[in-house]
Amino acid sequence: MELYSLTGSQLAELLKLGKISAEEILSSLSLRAAGKEEKVKAYVRFDGRLERLPGEGSPARGPLSGIPVSVKDNICTRSRNTECCSRILSGYRPPYDATVISRLKLAGASIISTKTNMDEFAFGSSTENSCFGPSRNPWDTQCVPGGSSGGSAAAVAADEAVLALGSDTGGSIRQPASFCGVVGLKPTYGRVSRYGLVAFASSLDQIGPITKDVRDSALLLNSISGYDPKDSTSVNTPVPDYTACLGLPVKGMRIGVPREYMVEGIDPQVREALLRSLEEFKRLGAECSEVSLPHTEFAVPVYYIIATAEASSNLARFDGVRYGFRTAAAEGINAMYSRTRGEGFGKEAKRRIILGTFALSHGYYDAYYLRALKVRTLIKQDFEKVFGEFDCVVAPTSPTPAFKLGEKMGDPLKMYLSDIYTISANLAGIPAISLPCGFTSGGLPVGMQIMSGHFREENILKLAYAYEQAASAGAESKRRPVL
Amino acid sequence: MSEINDKIIDYTARLARVQLEGAELCELSVQIKGILDFIGKLEEADISNIEPTSHILPVNNVFRADAPAQSLPAEDAISGAPKRRGRYFSVPKVIE
Repeated sequence: MELYSLTGSQLAELLKLGKISAEEILSSLSLRAAGKEEKVKAYVRFDGRLERLPGEGSPARGPLSGIPVSVKDNICTRSRNTECCSRILSGYRPPYDATVISRLKLAGASIISTKTNMDEFAFGSSTENSCFGPSRNPWDTQCVPGGSSGGSAAAVAADEAVLALGSDTGGSIRQPASFCGVVGLKPTYGRVSRYGLVAFASSLDQIGPITKDVRDSALLLNSISGYDPKDSTSVNTPVPDYTACLGLPVKGMRIGVPREYMVEGIDPQVREALLRSLEEFKRLGAECSEVSLPHTEFAVPVYYIIATAEASSNLARFDGVRYGFRTAAAEGINAMYSRTRGEGFGKEAKRRIILGTFALSHGYYDAYYLRALKVRTLIKQDFEKVFGEFDCVVAPTSPTPAFKLGEKMGDPLKMYLSDIYTISANLAGIPAISLPCGFTSGGLPVGMQIMSGHFREENILKLAYAYEQAASAGAESKRRPVL
Repeated sequence: MSEINDKIIDYTARLARVQLEGAELCELSVQIKGILDFIGKLEEADISNIEPTSHILPVNNVFRADAPAQSLPAEDAISGAPKRRGRYFSVPKVIE
């Protein structure tokens, strides 16, 4: 068994026993990446090998000592390129580490200095909006890995990463995890500090783990969670040991299945996979019932007002003055701003900035932005009602398996709809995990999503782990992408 | 909701300080119109007596202690500037 193919917790065990060294893990992973990057393109600015940030990874120091963690290109690493896969941030090297990076250093992790690919500023669902070009889905390189954290998900699926960090504003961790057959978790809003995450939509963004299995997800969440005075939206609530709930019985857990997620637009094979998973939950002793989240149909329109409005405001800072790219020729300050932004942002970024500016502009604010905020309240209340009676909500992660490269690039609306099942969790601020629950007849992975109430990560991890253990007996769980 | 046209998109792009080249404006107008038509669905939601949610958690006015602390050295803070003069950001002339 090659080291690169093991999970983080398996590697931690071998390190503890003194059977392997952190250097051996890193060199195994680096060789793997060197062999497969040409096909997968999970990393950006990849120069043929993976190295760790200096000064960490001594095997005796922490829970993640010697375990490699790959990082999305929108999370700041001091003195290392952090470009959000955008031309406008080309060459940017932050003068500080994001809080998640500082925490991972404390945990002893080997943080990989080469970043993972993403849609520019996390604007997208396919990783095709990257200024470095798209990543590929390891299960079928003609397909997208999903997005926006497509590089992180593809790297984990291709065994080019052990643990990875992504960010999730409308599904950007869960949807690529689902497309790539790995585990992706979006924590509760406020659970993980966003200090040093380049902001997209501040009321929705969260950083979270993308991993090979549920145990690794809990392990990585342990290290990145917690209050941070540098992020005023982080919440000062104790962080439990998220691995402690793994293996606890799920008998009697109440699972709600929203009827609005199982209707039109869902691929029949995705629906079948989810129904089979529900049978598995019943065998494990959980109770499954249909529930209603009646305002689900409004989630995508609400999101594309709120997320773009916040993005237009957050991206105002990219003006050619403080970091990154500046246009070569411009007379006067306003021309410099406009040309820098016109040349530096890609198509989707411009689309979202202009849509967001429009939604906030005089005369349209009440009709669009204020109305969207009110409908957001209704969506939040839908979940509050359901979680009054149920422990978890189970749903598909995405209505379809991975789609072909280029398939949705000409039609932004079609692309937006691939996040139809993930967006609500961001609007409501609740935690949600995506884990593999089968394959299509064409061999593409299908993901299932488990959601719970604020700060109830343990509910979703416990249920996800129970499912994963039950499914591990089947032949499907042994399938790996052929690269 | 209002009719979107090239003029409105052009004006909004100016507000957002994004210069659009050639066919970009026209393409964006068509796409944004399509997206806004879809978003128009929000008119069907009954929002009477509903308060807006701009932030999901009951966290307001987060202050830190008014105590001196080390901040980023000036040299680090301007290290990413595309153009600088000494310890300052350099920009084109602001006052005509």
